[in-house]
Amino acid sequence: MSAQFTQYLLTGLTVGAIYALVALGFSIIFNASNVINFAQGEFVMIGGMATVSLIAVGLPYLLAIPLAVAAAALVGLALEKFAVEPARGASVVTLIIITIGASIFLRGLATIIWDKRFHALKPFTGDAPITIAGATILPQSLWVLGVTLAVVLALSWFFGRTLLGKAMLATSHNRLAAQLAGINVRMVLFLSFGLSAALGAVAGILIAPITTTSYDVGVMLGLKGFAAAMLGGMGSGVGAVVGGIALGITETMSAGYLSSAYKDAIAFVIILAVLFFMPSGLFGKRGGERV
Amino acid sequence: MSLLRVEALSKKFGGVNAVEDLSFDIPPGVVYSIIGPNGAGKTTLLNLLTGIYQPSAGRIVFGGHDLTGRAPYEYANHGIARTFQNLQVFFNMSALENVMVGRYMQERCGLAAALLRTPRLARAEHACREEAAELMRYVGLHNYLSAAADAMPYGALKRLEIARALATRPKLMLLDEPAAGLNPTEALELDDLIGSLTGRGVTVVLVEHNMRLVMGVSDHILVLDYGRKLAEGPAATVRNDPKVIEAYLGSGVAAAAEMHR
Amino acid sequence: MLARLASPRTGGLLALAVVIALLPLALTNKYFYDIAVLVGLNAIVCVGLNLLIGYAGQISLGHAGFFGLGAYGSAILASRYGWPPLAAMLTTTLAVAALAYLVGRPILRLKGHYLAMATLGLGVIIFMVITTEDKYTGGPDGIAVVPLSIGGFVLQGERIWYWVVGALLLVAVWLALNLIESPAGRALRALHSSEVGAEVVGINAAEHKVMAFVISAVFASVAGSLAAHYSGFVTPGKVAFLHSIELVTMVVFGGMASTFGAVVGAAVLTTLPQLLAAFEDYEMMLFGAVMMGTMIFMPRGVVPSLARLFQSRRQQPSSGEGSGT
Ligand SMILES: Nc1ncnc2c1ncn2[C@@H]1O[C@H](COP(=O)(O)OP(=O)(O)O)[C@@H](O)[C@H]1O
Ligand SMILES: [Mg+2]
Repeated sequence: MSAQFTQYLLTGLTVGAIYALVALGFSIIFNASNVINFAQGEFVMIGGMATVSLIAVGLPYLLAIPLAVAAAALVGLALEKFAVEPARGASVVTLIIITIGASIFLRGLATIIWDKRFHALKPFTGDAPITIAGATILPQSLWVLGVTLAVVLALSWFFGRTLLGKAMLATSHNRLAAQLAGINVRMVLFLSFGLSAALGAVAGILIAPITTTSYDVGVMLGLKGFAAAMLGGMGSGVGAVVGGIALGITETMSAGYLSSAYKDAIAFVIILAVLFFMPSGLFGKRGGERV
Repeated sequence: MSLLRVEALSKKFGGVNAVEDLSFDIPPGVVYSIIGPNGAGKTTLLNLLTGIYQPSAGRIVFGGHDLTGRAPYEYANHGIARTFQNLQVFFNMSALENVMVGRYMQERCGLAAALLRTPRLARAEHACREEAAELMRYVGLHNYLSAAADAMPYGALKRLEIARALATRPKLMLLDEPAAGLNPTEALELDDLIGSLTGRGVTVVLVEHNMRLVMGVSDHILVLDYGRKLAEGPAATVRNDPKVIEAYLGSGVAAAAEMHR
Repeated sequence: MLARLASPRTGGLLALAVVIALLPLALTNKYFYDIAVLVGLNAIVCVGLNLLIGYAGQISLGHAGFFGLGAYGSAILASRYGWPPLAAMLTTTLAVAALAYLVGRPILRLKGHYLAMATLGLGVIIFMVITTEDKYTGGPDGIAVVPLSIGGFVLQGERIWYWVVGALLLVAVWLALNLIESPAGRALRALHSSEVGAEVVGINAAEHKVMAFVISAVFASVAGSLAAHYSGFVTPGKVAFLHSIELVTMVVFGGMASTFGAVVGAAVLTTLPQLLAAFEDYEMMLFGAVMMGTMIFMPRGVVPSLARLFQSRRQQPSSGEGSGT
């Protein structure tokens, strides 16, 4: 394995982990409500920007991060309550436009609360690169990988072991049956927005020290996260993680070895190619309606 | 000469054999009924006979053409029409337009003609509208000529599907539980309608639980159970077949209830 | 006779023609004309897009890509290679139609969110190609475009463009209305409601979806070419994902499966940012809020919602029928 390859792999993993977190957010909301939340990228932005502000007023990371995540989660809950809930039963297109409207609204709000400039966030633990097998990795990348791993483990515990998590899963499999079994489906929907927003915010905070953040970082990250979720198969948790990582690595590799000008296009070329052969993504549910 | 020939047809869904090694022939001009308990595979069979499902094995030959593996619209092009147990009405249109859609194969025209609405197309549209209205009257929907499909009661929608299927000018018409959900009067009216279809040169395949209807109109009956052929023959013979009575007609409250639906 | 006038085809077209003819009375300066031209161009895109989204029920989040290809195709052929603008426009349109046909076949096998993803991806890829291939496109800076000339006559100035775009909009609406009322148009509406239902009466659903996709791409491409010549300049902004979203929003805002709704949607959402510009920093936020608000309170769009309101008012004295399922 050449050092360059290792380098691309490490970078790809880091980027991929971020995509995975955003993709998980898409999948959780999709499972609970069948809504594709195009405002998912804005949670990433809010996480990063809020942390920047909180650090600027002198809070330590240990306080700033939970506060920023909580802020994003609150916005997520508000989005569900005031925009998605009132539009229940609307068509797919209508819901897509509502969440896109929300994303524009949030971006506009961000330019007022903050500004249109780029902001750097100081790495959590220094910026001296660490050398691994001839490649270097930033300590912040280790944070990204470590926290993502922890989040994924926590989520699988949550969905596999806790009552609430199981209720959310049950709702995604069969909403009516879940309702009959006494699960408060509306509450599940509400909470899933909060959880997704928190996940997005975590991604935004983790990546901000590496790429800087601004009011519109959420646009591309949101679209790529969407692509990652689709790649894995919308609604599948494993799919979201695999899709995110796969997308991150392929993107970095092809930017490195093929053309860096088309780096941002690669995710979309991949997703088109995959959908061409597997119309439901890698791990998506097959089969359509019965007649 | 048979109109439809089904040879060793099978359809698997995962581990379930919804239709298994089924063969039969339908001659032209008859009412051929398919009965069997819920889950016997009747709807699956109709889906296979219209290309909606692809068979796991076997062949479907219609009017001398092997249609196995073709798309649903190709089955329609060869003259097979159907109605659905779960209604597939176009709820975004008027009732009349639903029937006009059924005339698609006769009416279709080039894109340029459609965009420019040539006088010829305008005349054809006028005729199409007339013919659709005529079909609606034929199936007893004269009260709904200007209704929107989403404002019609269930019973009328079932007739609407029959009118739409008839509009394709089929040779073979598959009816999936046309009487289900109808009240007794509506069900009685269906007898005459189905009986008159053969007079229009349409061969009918009738899937139905209402045994009064089945026994009243059928020339021939096929009994399905777990996807397999349990019995087959002229209506009178099948009615008295002990196997059939045991498996379907005789046993338990459920079957009795079904018969009286 | 009255019934005929009230039918959407004749009556609506007539009403639209009257609006276009009388609007200049209210257009008191060049700036207003400019907005009117932009409205007309967007309306042409939306009338086509509505055939795909509103009637055939297939979403596209990438139509700015076709708009952009039209704009850049005309710009490059006419300005860089000196082709006569009309020939450039025609060639571009045919190329876009061919592209839409080729990608439409695999893409339109997808449904719902997967289709949304694929069309979005297509749009983003077109955008990236246009921003990256700066040798031809000028990259992020854009490219200057020669004015549209037909024979020896050069089309310049907002007023002339107003009448040209107005006439073309009428044509676009007329074509769309014709199509919808034809067997092919009914096939589109049918497959929107039930694909199996449409197939079993002999409709090749895939073929019809691709047809709607190609027509909508052609409308977008032509509008793109015209926009490029009109403004004398194109930048990648018109190709971006956000512009695709704006277009879809116009269609849904006006009312899906309503051709005049598409025109109204284009008119409102093209003028709205101009009005909101007065709010400066708050413009973006307000635009998002309007998008959300209309979709929440009028999920069917403005025109069908108003039509329904009007109808129920009229029917109230007689009976409450027509509520349906
Ligand atoms: N699309 C499908 N996917 C999986 N199983 C199916 C599907 N369609 C039918 N089945 C199964 O095939 C069997 C036959 O069903 P069906 O044909 O609907 O029976 P019937 O119409 O006689 O009541 C049932 O066990 C049903 O669950
Ligand atoms: Mg059935």
